[in-house]
Amino acid sequence: MSGFVQRNPIWTVIIAVLVAAFVWAVVAPWPPGMEAVVGRKQIFLNALFNGITLGALYFLVASGFTLIFGLMKNVNLAHGSLYLLGGYIGYEFAEATGSWLGAFVVSFVIVALLGIVLQYVVFRRMEGEDLRQTLVTIGISIVLADLMLWRWGSHSYQILSPDFLSGPTTLPLIAGVRGDGEIVYLRFPAVRIAILVASIVLGALMWLALNRTRIGMLIRAGVDDRDMLAASGVRIQYVFVLVFAFGAGLAGMAGIVGGTFQSVAAGEDMRFLLASLVVVIVGGMGSIFGAALGALLIGLAEQLGSVYAPTYSVVLTFLIMALVLAFRPQGLLGR
Amino acid sequence: MKLKLISTVAALAILAPAAALAQDDTIKIGLMAPQEGVFTEPGNDGIRGFELALKKFNGEINGKKIEWVLGPTDATPDRAVREARKLIEQDQVDFIIGPLSGSEGLALRDYAKTIPGKTIINAASGALETTYVDPAPNFFRFHPDGAQWGYGLGSYVVNEKGWKKVATIAADYSFGYTNFMGFAVDFCKAGGEIVERFWLPLGSGDFASIIAALPYDVDAIYLGVGGTDAINFLNQYEQAGGDTNIIGGTIMVDQTVLTARGRAKEALIGTPSSGVQADDWQDENWQAYVKAYQEAFPDGLPTPSLFATNYYNSTMGALMALEAIDGELDDDQANFHAALSAVEMDTPNGHIKLDENRQAIGSVFITEVVEGDDGELYNTFKAKVDNVDQKLGMTKEEFDAIGLPSRDTPDCAALNP
Repeated sequence: MSGFVQRNPIWTVIIAVLVAAFVWAVVAPWPPGMEAVVGRKQIFLNALFNGITLGALYFLVASGFTLIFGLMKNVNLAHGSLYLLGGYIGYEFAEATGSWLGAFVVSFVIVALLGIVLQYVVFRRMEGEDLRQTLVTIGISIVLADLMLWRWGSHSYQILSPDFLSGPTTLPLIAGVRGDGEIVYLRFPAVRIAILVASIVLGALMWLALNRTRIGMLIRAGVDDRDMLAASGVRIQYVFVLVFAFGAGLAGMAGIVGGTFQSVAAGEDMRFLLASLVVVIVGGMGSIFGAALGALLIGLAEQLGSVYAPTYSVVLTFLIMALVLAFRPQGLLGR
Repeated sequence: MKLKLISTVAALAILAPAAALAQDDTIKIGLMAPQEGVFTEPGNDGIRGFELALKKFNGEINGKKIEWVLGPTDATPDRAVREARKLIEQDQVDFIIGPLSGSEGLALRDYAKTIPGKTIINAASGALETTYVDPAPNFFRFHPDGAQWGYGLGSYVVNEKGWKKVATIAADYSFGYTNFMGFAVDFCKAGGEIVERFWLPLGSGDFASIIAALPYDVDAIYLGVGGTDAINFLNQYEQAGGDTNIIGGTIMVDQTVLTARGRAKEALIGTPSSGVQADDWQDENWQAYVKAYQEAFPDGLPTPSLFATNYYNSTMGALMALEAIDGELDDDQANFHAALSAVEMDTPNGHIKLDENRQAIGSVFITEVVEGDDGELYNTFKAKVDNVDQKLGMTKEEFDAIGLPSRDTPDCAALNP
């Protein structure tokens, strides 16, 4: 840290000023002149927080995707189907028992089991054959999509958030000042804040598990050099199954999150597969931090774009992807 | 070598009967409906409407059996053209019934000009320009367009509800513009004011930031989105604690949205809207149609959606024209085109006839969303206007002065009295 400051004094100042300006923009009430140019502060804050929560959702989907790719070099194009299946299962469970939190456990377990079956029955047989794996995963995603269409139809399903998380909550952040000087605080959907906090905790736990535990060490070693790890006596197939199950389970849980603040419907699988592809391309294949950074960037771009540049919001994410591919093809944090 | 020979023979064996079938005693229809994306559910209900109409004719015209092939789309124009081309060239259908979504319709209007000897009968797509600007002579639309669907809603909310200041959120493509225009022209003429307009790309998914950007001091917000977009929007609107009055664009309060699982749709109760049908209309024809739909599709929606009705009417128009020519299509289908232009019919939702652009003149309903005894939401009948034409009752000069629908057209201030 101090080394960076000594080596790049000018960059340090610029970054410090930018961070300070950002903190000021979030915390302080905006002067009327600025509101006239940029729009109400409430809009900015909402777009910012929505972008971060959307990023949290993308992170949940993409982190499993990127782990699986990093370790097994397997581009699992059925990942979106796992997301959608998790959403449907979560809906069914929440509807039957009324337990939103319980649905997460059930979805995680069932989709993780499906992941184990996929890895054990299908992918184990075609290790190292990239093209074959890609085609097979596309095939599986089509079959799963049709099976789900058969079971759940093309209705939209909305997973109800529990009562203690329904409606908005007030955050201790100033959203604006009314004409009579009264301060308005930011109101934000409670369920989104819960999901954001949960994603951060989950991300931190994943980081700890990867960097502080023995199994995490094995996974990191596997990402770096799979063959050497296998040669040193580790039963790498078990690690594969474990990672695949965990990644699939995460996608399943993300399905519930998506179903709670958007909806579960046929076709969402492709949307989220595309989103996670973009996220890992931007963040760097196989890197958890990269997935978090990519998800945050894409979420923010979508939400800020939808407010400040609605015409271009659709291309914005792909523009980011194109820029990353042009200047840093391995992804922002890829190696 | 031997394998190659066998496979060639096998391929020929498969292809041969298909080629023979195309000419004999069958009429082949290509049906287009979205099977993925935002409008999947509307697409499925559209297919139900189509099947219902076929059933009315027992699947044949003058002893000729009617076959049909589905061209699945995702509501994007390029996919629509690809599927239409496949239906015409590969499946060799006689004519196409489709598509569902506004911009698909525009793309197929242009494609229709490249196949003058074939016919496209629009199923549910509602962009204005499809039949108003540079129309194709072999493209027919047996239902009013999106602007016609909005007719009468604006003055209704101003006069009956007293909502004069609104913000609008609508889908950022041809149908969104057209449907909004129908509402806005009438609304502004009645003295309403549009404070701010938001446009959302089709299939956005996350609307929370737009919801936060809505102005505080409006009487109501107009929502012109549909399919899963509508459901996602309502869901997030509820989570953000929104409680402003809502004015519904036509596809916002359709059965495909009102039957979604979850409580977000409850925000729609009391929402005025307009379109080509009212779910509980007491008319005899309508009730008979609803009953036939319910009997044919026990797994379908509680009552047919707007999309089912439009697909049904479009198919009925096509089949009635086929009946008029005894199912004998000329090589260039000129007799079929003439017969289609001459079709006049009493549909379940009012009388339909075509204008010189082969665009329907029909009835428009004003409705409000209410909750039934069983907790199901539906649109209740409020008012009905007959013979609404594409120029919304204006002369061509007056109508053209407003301009073609876009993000900024119509200009509300210019229309205020």
